[in-house]
Amino acid sequence: MGQIQLKQVTKSFGDVQVIPPLDLTIEDGEFTVFVGPSGCGKSTLLRLIAGLEDITTGHIEIDGTDATALVPAKRGLAMVFQSYALYPHMTVRKNIAFPLRMAKMDQAEIDKRVEGAASVLNLTDYLDRRPGQLSGGQRQRVAIGRAIVREPSAFLFDEPLSNLDAALRVGMRMEISELHKKLDTTMIYVTHDQVEAMTMADKIVVLQAGVIEQVGSPLELYRAPRNLFVAGFIGSPKMNLINGAEAGKHDATTIGIRPEHIDVVQSDGKWQGTVGVAEHLGSDTFFHIHNTGLAETLTVRAIGDVSLRHGDTIHLNPRLDEIHRFDAQGLRIA
Amino acid sequence: MARAVTPRRKLINTGFAWAIGLLIFFPILWTILTSFKTEAQAIASPPIFLNFDWTLENYGVVMERSNYARFLWNSIIIAGGSTILGLIIAVPAAWSMAFVPSRRTKDILLWMLSTKMLPAVGVLYPIYLLFIQMGLLDSRAGLVIVMMLINLPIIIWMLYTYFREIPVEILEAARMDGATLREEVLYILTPMAIPGIASTMLLNFILAWNEAFWTLNLTAVDAAPLTAFIASYSSPEGLFFAKLSAASTMAIAPILILGWFSQKQLVRGLTFGAVK
Repeated sequence: MGQIQLKQVTKSFGDVQVIPPLDLTIEDGEFTVFVGPSGCGKSTLLRLIAGLEDITTGHIEIDGTDATALVPAKRGLAMVFQSYALYPHMTVRKNIAFPLRMAKMDQAEIDKRVEGAASVLNLTDYLDRRPGQLSGGQRQRVAIGRAIVREPSAFLFDEPLSNLDAALRVGMRMEISELHKKLDTTMIYVTHDQVEAMTMADKIVVLQAGVIEQVGSPLELYRAPRNLFVAGFIGSPKMNLINGAEAGKHDATTIGIRPEHIDVVQSDGKWQGTVGVAEHLGSDTFFHIHNTGLAETLTVRAIGDVSLRHGDTIHLNPRLDEIHRFDAQGLRIA
Repeated sequence: MARAVTPRRKLINTGFAWAIGLLIFFPILWTILTSFKTEAQAIASPPIFLNFDWTLENYGVVMERSNYARFLWNSIIIAGGSTILGLIIAVPAAWSMAFVPSRRTKDILLWMLSTKMLPAVGVLYPIYLLFIQMGLLDSRAGLVIVMMLINLPIIIWMLYTYFREIPVEILEAARMDGATLREEVLYILTPMAIPGIASTMLLNFILAWNEAFWTLNLTAVDAAPLTAFIASYSSPEGLFFAKLSAASTMAIAPILILGWFSQKQLVRGLTFGAVK
């Protein structure tokens, strides 16, 4: 079991309120990602759930029991930190065994669980090394191992992949997703990387300045962003936002269209401009287009290698049914 | 671009470093040499550097005239006692300042250090009176307390700097792993901070060992440490340089040996935080 409920939770540091009253329910077994720009309060929210920070007002319930006043150790949650936070003076074996030792488990059971976790995470050959002798990816696995041996009711991940290089990050992302499938335990994962959020989450919580902007599945957020912030944050490259007369034609203050929803045509496009930068990835080509009279830069994704270069004129046709409309307050018009 | 170090430049730098090192060490060397001279050779003009009749006579006289072991024992008690007492107070203080700082933590640290700027003689009179009233004059307990108080700001400051280097996330991880405060301190923090605690102890021990102002003013016979032992050789009967030097050598020898064997630890302790 691992249902977590936040009820009217607030957090202030001194006079500054970083989390205004907030309600959120994370269902048992769900993989929830908190995503938002740095300083949006996502890590603070995670630390409040962990119990590493005290909430100012409100309640936190874990499996229906009020956990607001419980110390971290009593909440039955495990956390993986951005810096791994391994104990440098202990071997991998002792690192993984530490939570079990604190739980006063008997040695035979500890050994069994440590061996089990090590084999799941491919750490068996490294059990007698110190963290300093491991690579970044291995350290990350040790941190995860330390979390899983406890069989917690939920895992908390605080930007666990941001210290890894790009290739390793993709690999670890898959491993964590697979681990979730295997353990079927609630996971809360904090990241500023919307690609991580989109690929891993069952449910994404988009945060800005401590406020939840939208909660939904990755595709719900992609297809129907509730406001301009979510529209701009989810999706890579970013959604194009266009104000003025063009938006007015759609009875909106701002319209948004994703780069993949604009087609490049040979001539007579609805829109046209000059190619600024063309990024040829082989599978796709991203054009950053100027002088369209719509927005300063328009980003367009074309499938395959389209051989337009810097300075060329480009003709574009937006897919009208993919246009998102927003009112003067920046809220989505249905 | 990194600055190229030519062999010639390296030679000059090395020579310069040695010159400065010798300059600083010279008074100690001279004291040790003088302790092996006769009184006449000790004050000879021009001074004799190495070409004198080496003698152990001064050491014999010093050992005969005073009870070196008692002074040594007092020094060990005072330096050791004040260090241990200081650590007992400083470890929790530094801990709380490093890991649960308040808005005023920096101010408190600066204020503590500022007490070191007060000339000691300024508080001699009140402390002397207090000592008389409390019956602490010429007692080892009294000196342990005074030495501890004098060095406490430095101990706290050093430990604070050390503890600050320990990532707070590791302590939080321990908390998440179910460690109580006591277990967190015992199994995680202390093992990680041992180099820092060791070098702080060492430095404090040396500072307390060498302290002369308070030890000379607050002791007479019973609690007199090695500093008083040296001072007793600059007597009204006139200065006996060779014997004074022998006494000084005997007083600094233990700490010199201790310092020599722990210099690596000490240097690391003193530069910690400044160089990553």
